[in-house]
Amino acid sequence: MLVKQISVFLENKSGRLAEVTKTLGSNNIDISALSIADTTDFGILRLIVNKPELAEGILKESGFTVSCTNVVAIAVADEPGGLAAALEVLDSESIGIEYMYAFVGKTSNQALVILRVEAPEKGIEELTKNNIKVLTSEEVYKL
Amino acid sequence: MQYWNPTYECMSREEMTRVQTERLINTVKRIYHNVPFFRDKMQKKGVEPGDIKSLDDLKKLPFTYKQDLRDTYPYGLFAVPLSEIVRIHASSGTTGRQTVVGYTRRDIDTWAEVMARTLTCAGASKESFIQVAYGYGLFTGGLGVHYGAERIGASVIPISGGNTKRQLQIMKDFGTTILACTPSYALFMAEEMEEAGIKKEDLKLKAGVFGAEPWSENMRKEIEERLGILAIDIYGLSEVIGPGVASECPCKCGMHIPEDHFIPEIIDPVTEEVLPPGAKGELVFTTITKEGLPIIRYRTRDISSLNYEVCECGRTSVRMDKVSGRTDDMLIIRGVNVFPSQIESVLLEIGETAPHYLLIVDRKDNLDMLEIWVEMTQSMFSDEVKRLEDIERKIRKEIEGTLGITAKVKLVEPKTIERSEGKAKRVIDKRKL
Repeated sequence: MLVKQISVFLENKSGRLAEVTKTLGSNNIDISALSIADTTDFGILRLIVNKPELAEGILKESGFTVSCTNVVAIAVADEPGGLAAALEVLDSESIGIEYMYAFVGKTSNQALVILRVEAPEKGIEELTKNNIKVLTSEEVYKL
Repeated sequence: MQYWNPTYECMSREEMTRVQTERLINTVKRIYHNVPFFRDKMQKKGVEPGDIKSLDDLKKLPFTYKQDLRDTYPYGLFAVPLSEIVRIHASSGTTGRQTVVGYTRRDIDTWAEVMARTLTCAGASKESFIQVAYGYGLFTGGLGVHYGAERIGASVIPISGGNTKRQLQIMKDFGTTILACTPSYALFMAEEMEEAGIKKEDLKLKAGVFGAEPWSENMRKEIEERLGILAIDIYGLSEVIGPGVASECPCKCGMHIPEDHFIPEIIDPVTEEVLPPGAKGELVFTTITKEGLPIIRYRTRDISSLNYEVCECGRTSVRMDKVSGRTDDMLIIRGVNVFPSQIESVLLEIGETAPHYLLIVDRKDNLDMLEIWVEMTQSMFSDEVKRLEDIERKIRKEIEGTLGITAKVKLVEPKTIERSEGKAKRVIDKRKL
């Protein structure tokens, strides 16, 4: 159920983001989701792609600093309180969330969210137990 | 342990003092009679050759500065007729007019001798294949190592600097066992090696003699690990002779100086007083066998200290500590004396950073600002912003604790900082004073 996320270190200067996406594009790697965390000087680009191992290798070869982390992808009802229900599960189990981001998928009536949590395996277990839909990596990479 | 010339390398202190005294007295006489510029200096100080009777009298003699070589450009300090000069080298002249040095046939012989000791110190023998990746030409590095390597009977590969791909190919194909170049170029080669798909196991490399720029212990560790070799620090400067002025042995506990040719002193760069053994200060050299350009009390501007204890390797020669900075590279930031090497050791003690960094000094609203660029490495990187900010904070705190100045730390992408195949550029000073 764990989804592999690729993180890339980027300096805040023009053209860097374009460089990463171009590198992935020319290697036929499809991006399903992305988010950027930025500070004044640098940013961390987080990506969910269809071929994470290949993407990691190619970006490293191109001189980027890259890491790969396990994250959890969930689908929640696209209605008020939909996300809250899922987050409450994690909170009641004291599983901290490092960061999260929502992304657009092709499924209707569901909002897709990537969660980076302290204990991903336990998180998945608890979410599933509470009827929150956790997406498999295959499902996510296909998006 | 192997010595090239045990008679001198393992000589008793008493005997060495006798050799040095005799040679010093002769050198001073020669220079006084043959170099008008230096004779004037001595006369102004009220010193005559007859006043120099023992090593203790060395401190009575005036200093020689790099500026003196510039003022007498090109041949004003030569002590022999120009017909006796068989080789001329010159410094790059990046910090002013270039300085010219000349060698007689015997000087070239002396140079090969001291360089042979250096290479033997690093474990070289007639069986070795020595790849000389120091630049050949007016720079003393290439030819200096070359003659020493030939003297011991090793197979010399005179490839000179640059063209890294070819360097690596030759290193692999020719079975190079000893590499001679600047430490930053060695590290650059290690990086390129990974990219060229050459593994350290593919090489026969055993040791490297690295010099011509200051480097840290951690940089040594990195070179040793990545190339799988023993990395030996060597020291030299063209004004004294070139490479061969000092070299570490495998004990890596200071660089042995061939004292039968060069007498070192450590002085306080401000008061110019001679400092006792062990004290940190400016390194000063007097040559006592050179003919073409004998030099008295040359101010190297390098910061070091001297250790007279007998080394584990059995050599009795005095050892100089790794150069920890330059008196003239010293940056004064908000009134604090800062050596780039101090910042380097802070970065390295943090242990998470690779040795690639750049210091940018600027002045805004009459206040000096120090910015430190540190290249991101794979091991430092995290997908969480707070971890990266922690690293920045840690570096900033360490700098503040060590130097007492605040600095802005900026993490930059790998290979942002310019790599050179020669000396690494560590400082950009934008202040217009």
